[in-house]
Amino acid sequence: MAKQSWDTADAVATKRAVPDGLWTQCQACSETLFRKALETNLFVCPRCDYHMRISGRQRVLQMADPDTFEPMNEAVTPQDPLEFVDLKPYRERIIAAQKLTGENDAIQTGAAFIKGRRTILCCMDFTFLAGSMGSVVGEKLAAAIRRATELDLPLVVVACSGGARMQESGFSLMQMAKTSAALARFDDAGGLFISVLSDPTTGGVTASFAMLGDVILAEPRALIGFAGPRVIKQTIRQDLPEGFQTSEFLLKSGFVDRIVHRSNLRSEVSRLIDYAGK
Amino acid sequence: MAKAPSSSTFQLDFEQTILEIERQVSVLEERPDCETFREELETLRVTRDALIAKTYANLTPWQTVRVARHPGRPQTLDYVDMLCRDFCQLHGDRTFGDDPAIITAFTRIGPFKVLLIGHQKGRTTAERINCHFGCAHPEGYRKALLKMRLAEKFNLPIVTFIDTPGAYPGIGSEQRGQAEAIAVNLREMSRLRVPIVCIVIGEGGSGGALGIGVGDRVAMLEHSWYSVISPEGCAAILWKEANERTNSLAAQALALTAKHNLKNGLIDAVIREPHGGAHRDPKAASEAMQSWIVEQLGELTRIDRDTLVRLRYERFSRIGATGTSTST
Ligand SMILES: [Zn+2]
Repeated sequence: MAKQSWDTADAVATKRAVPDGLWTQCQACSETLFRKALETNLFVCPRCDYHMRISGRQRVLQMADPDTFEPMNEAVTPQDPLEFVDLKPYRERIIAAQKLTGENDAIQTGAAFIKGRRTILCCMDFTFLAGSMGSVVGEKLAAAIRRATELDLPLVVVACSGGARMQESGFSLMQMAKTSAALARFDDAGGLFISVLSDPTTGGVTASFAMLGDVILAEPRALIGFAGPRVIKQTIRQDLPEGFQTSEFLLKSGFVDRIVHRSNLRSEVSRLIDYAGK
Repeated sequence: MAKAPSSSTFQLDFEQTILEIERQVSVLEERPDCETFREELETLRVTRDALIAKTYANLTPWQTVRVARHPGRPQTLDYVDMLCRDFCQLHGDRTFGDDPAIITAFTRIGPFKVLLIGHQKGRTTAERINCHFGCAHPEGYRKALLKMRLAEKFNLPIVTFIDTPGAYPGIGSEQRGQAEAIAVNLREMSRLRVPIVCIVIGEGGSGGALGIGVGDRVAMLEHSWYSVISPEGCAAILWKEANERTNSLAAQALALTAKHNLKNGLIDAVIREPHGGAHRDPKAASEAMQSWIVEQLGELTRIDRDTLVRLRYERFSRIGATGTSTST
């Protein structure tokens, strides 16, 4: 978005999701943690309750009933329509991200059961170019929304993104309109959309599908906003209030329905599905 | 209402020679004995016109951005003066306030009664500060949607003029849900049951632009820009610093000109500007806009509403560049 939340996208190199290895350190409290134990704890720090960033695939594993996820459009890959080159060609960035993550792009979409309820589940992947939304994310999401509409299934999207993907410029901008338009049709058809916001959800992702949930849930202490904190600070030339743009801030200002601990996400989602009768 | 001031106090570096000749012309024209310089004047005018034509035919993307931001470039309210009749402004979002960075009004354009929505940057320093330099707050987007619903109810087509560096990044705007306001507009504009035509008249900065930009037909003025991020924002992140050189590289890479956006299928038309840009002849620019608007509305108002909404949905659903991997 015009001069906004790119600092998160920018930070990808330094602040990746949970790295591999036997031991890992909590980014919030610096506690050294045994990775296996952390995994069983859903990558939430047992000491300070920090919800770590996890990959889209990891998120699917956490959300879906075991072995029920049926991926859609797995083979869709990014292109480089503008032959974009900054300090590095976009093409090289794509290849590097694909190597690093083993994924084609920054989202997993598919059908899945959540506590026995059939859903369409989409999980964004911050490990792939900061979870930025380019044509692949937009197209896979739109296709998932269309599928949810056809089958009248509840749609669950876990957002995790630094915003739009600059290297696809106008193409990525238009994915905001595309996903929102697909959600309009889903809404017309009476579909239930549960939007889950995780750390971070910013820029063009927040300003499109992520904020359009019938119910919006957020993980604790996630960064959620339109413009990035750095850009805001530069614009207004003053310090930002404590806790600005956190899940708790959004709850208080009225833009999030519930803050949900990662360990309760599955039960909260299924409960909402039941209330909606879907 | 704001009037386009003379651009004499503002200089684009790549226009220096043109401006110098323009100055010489006006000096000669003002002399009481100017008749005796008729030939020289004619030569100067011809040279100037040739130079303008050449410069503007070869603007780099970064130069285009700077023309789009020219302080003398006509803004929404200038076009209102030139192409709208019976202008009836409607204020306020009924919830928080009235954002002067987005103007909404009933008005008449050609044979059509329309709802007009446009970003307004302001001309004087006071106006510019008041309008946040054309950066709207959530209440601006909500006002726009409220009035668009009114247009839908009374079956009026919608015309939007886009001219913003981006939606405002501030504490209040985040607190009041900038992201939600834009998101809701995207969703709702995609299903409004009246024709919507949009023109990027200056700057098309990202979500702040798209927030009033989901239309059946989208055009750009020849020297405007439209992109996911401003060149400076892009340079600061991808090139690690924004300066003249990196801004220029970013503008090039972002494919933000009207020509590029048309080629990429992101917009439907480029509206030609008068020689030397809209700021040199606002009237000509407004006439070109008016004839495009009237032509589009003539077509769109004849389409039945279900088809109209379906075509708009399909227009945006088509956009994207993806491939298929063979290895998966
Ligand atoms: Zn910790």
